[in-house]
Amino acid sequence: MIQRLPDVTCRVPGGGVFLNTVEKFLNWSRESSLWYLTFGLACCAIEMMATAASRWDMDRLGMFYRGTPRQCDLMLVTGTVTHKMAPAVKRLYEQMAEPRYVVAVGSCATAGGPYHYNSYSVVQGVDQIIPVDVYIPGCPPRPEALLEGCMKLREKIKKQHLKEWASDTRMPEEPKA
Amino acid sequence: METAVLDRLHTEEFLVNMGPQHPATHGVLRLILKMDGEQVISVTPDIGFLHRNFEKICENRTYPQIMPYTDRLDYVAAMTNNWAYARTVEALMKVEVPKRAEYLRVIFGELQRIASHLVFWGCMGGDTGAVSPFLYGLRERERILDLFEMTCGARLTVNYYRIGGVSKDLPAGFHEKAKAFVKYFKPKLKEYAELLSGNVIFQKRMKGIGNLSQNAALALAVSGPVLRGSGIRWDLRKDEPYSVYPELQFEVPVGERGDAWDRYLVRFKEMEQSLQIVEQALDQIPPGDLLAKIPKVLRPPKGEVYVRTECPRGELGFYLVSDGSTKPYRIKCRSSCFVHVSALPEMLDHKGHLIADAVVTLGSIDIVLGEVDR
Amino acid sequence: MTKEDILARLKNQFAGTFEVQDIPPGTETTVKLSPGKAREIAEYLRDDSYLRFEVPLCASGVDYPPENKIEVVYHLFSLAHRHYITLKYYANRANPVVPSMTPVWAGFNWHEREIFDLLGVKFEGHPDLRRILLPEDWLAVYPLRKDFAYETYVPMPPK
Repeated sequence: MIQRLPDVTCRVPGGGVFLNTVEKFLNWSRESSLWYLTFGLACCAIEMMATAASRWDMDRLGMFYRGTPRQCDLMLVTGTVTHKMAPAVKRLYEQMAEPRYVVAVGSCATAGGPYHYNSYSVVQGVDQIIPVDVYIPGCPPRPEALLEGCMKLREKIKKQHLKEWASDTRMPEEPKA
Repeated sequence: METAVLDRLHTEEFLVNMGPQHPATHGVLRLILKMDGEQVISVTPDIGFLHRNFEKICENRTYPQIMPYTDRLDYVAAMTNNWAYARTVEALMKVEVPKRAEYLRVIFGELQRIASHLVFWGCMGGDTGAVSPFLYGLRERERILDLFEMTCGARLTVNYYRIGGVSKDLPAGFHEKAKAFVKYFKPKLKEYAELLSGNVIFQKRMKGIGNLSQNAALALAVSGPVLRGSGIRWDLRKDEPYSVYPELQFEVPVGERGDAWDRYLVRFKEMEQSLQIVEQALDQIPPGDLLAKIPKVLRPPKGEVYVRTECPRGELGFYLVSDGSTKPYRIKCRSSCFVHVSALPEMLDHKGHLIADAVVTLGSIDIVLGEVDR
Repeated sequence: MTKEDILARLKNQFAGTFEVQDIPPGTETTVKLSPGKAREIAEYLRDDSYLRFEVPLCASGVDYPPENKIEVVYHLFSLAHRHYITLKYYANRANPVVPSMTPVWAGFNWHEREIFDLLGVKFEGHPDLRRILLPEDWLAVYPLRKDFAYETYVPMPPK
């Protein structure tokens, strides 16, 4: 563990004390313990379950599922979002406490997926309703791809500044009627 | 004394919304439960949260282009969906599938059945509060998905079957790996029978919950393990055999009372039978073609056909109306899970079940919302 | 029972009130019902001991704009005798009203709701005819009809 720390901290001679900015420590603690919402919508949810299960354990990365958005800081939108489900997605996102992150897993959540054409009830990508941090393509993405997406999110969190997540001003523009 | 207090106590029924996002709803299903205290009086399912208009999209796609969409119907068991659709178009076109392709279809169909029942087994444990079966079940399922990946490149949405056969042959090393899996999994099934089925708490949670009588089962047209759990021995593979099932020996497990426990046990035993089928098919598979001789551009003759196939969750039926062109005029997917969710009120209303029993019943009918909403 | 036997038995009881259709590839027994006797024929099919069609497999709606009709197709199965039958009912496209089969076979409940939702066919005698798949605030356009225009319905993301 000490080998991983040099990029976050510096060792003071005499040992036993880590010195760095509060921002870096907060970012490090937040990225290492991302609790995600069990928000499995469709096929990608099965791959999310497989990633959380024995072979590609997500728990070793500190990621653990919680049933309620109040206790989560990550929403993995796995699967197709339909118009009937969209208000629920929005409400769940608003119920999450800041700082909160959204990962669009799979091509349906990214841009509508195979249901992009000739579809009357599918929202073409979840970023039409909520702001997305990381897009993971694939139909469904392999568990390794899902893990890489989570690692990319962790890199993004590492670079965050304190004042950024204090006010979430990244909601998408309302489309003109 | 207690009845005197209860008589004067004012109680009211209230509605509990087990909303689309809930760890126990197996997907985006909404259940509106009318409760009297902790007892469920009635349940109203609200579906449509995953309505991805499969039927309308298919009217704008050619027949081979529809195959990947069928993967995503019952996404836990994609191979059998492909098979059901391929069989429907083949029935309309009167195509004879080569023997080797049929054996390959059976091998992958049964492996998919085991994988799907493992997900059910793991999630059934999860619904009742046992978290370990989930990890064990998915671990074994990974081995099956390795076999799928070796052959067709995909783990979940496989798109392996084609109209007239299958797309790829078995790669080198498949036989050994598959036989090794069968040898590895047999003792594991005994272990898992003790782990979960032998657990007294689990049995008490499941026995007597969500009873579905035989008459109700037939009137509501449930199928698959739900029908067999209610005591009616009807399995399309045995009673209206298709493909090479007549040449394979296996049994069909049947329940007695139609409660959640029977449905669980039927699926567990089906895993053993599927393993047996895979073993036999691996031994009996002949060399030969993979695809029947069909034209490159498929134009089935004008007509209508309804074909149903035994999928892990029940019967998947496709009603296909063709007008002679390259795209279907109308394709209706009659999924077993749609019917099973409509049977939920029959299983739960006015039986004095608690809200935790509602979760167990929902888990025992093993639905996948992709099939319910299409 | 074979196709001919089933049709002969039906003709015995209800001659002249239904029409037999010969649809390729010819594997199905298809009967077109007429408005008057539809319910009675249905009950006879369910209760007669030689026919015993007790399992309601599937109900679907098919839109045919050039012929100005919407077909409602019911597939039935008999577990006792292992035979199938397909019932068809034509509804006028301008005002599609059809007698519901739910009082006869409870399993058609949700199937008819789906046809009502996606195609706009009203079922008389259905205990609970309301939307099932589309959102409650959907405008009254029926998606599965052939003249459904994607451009006229522009879905708005929720506020």
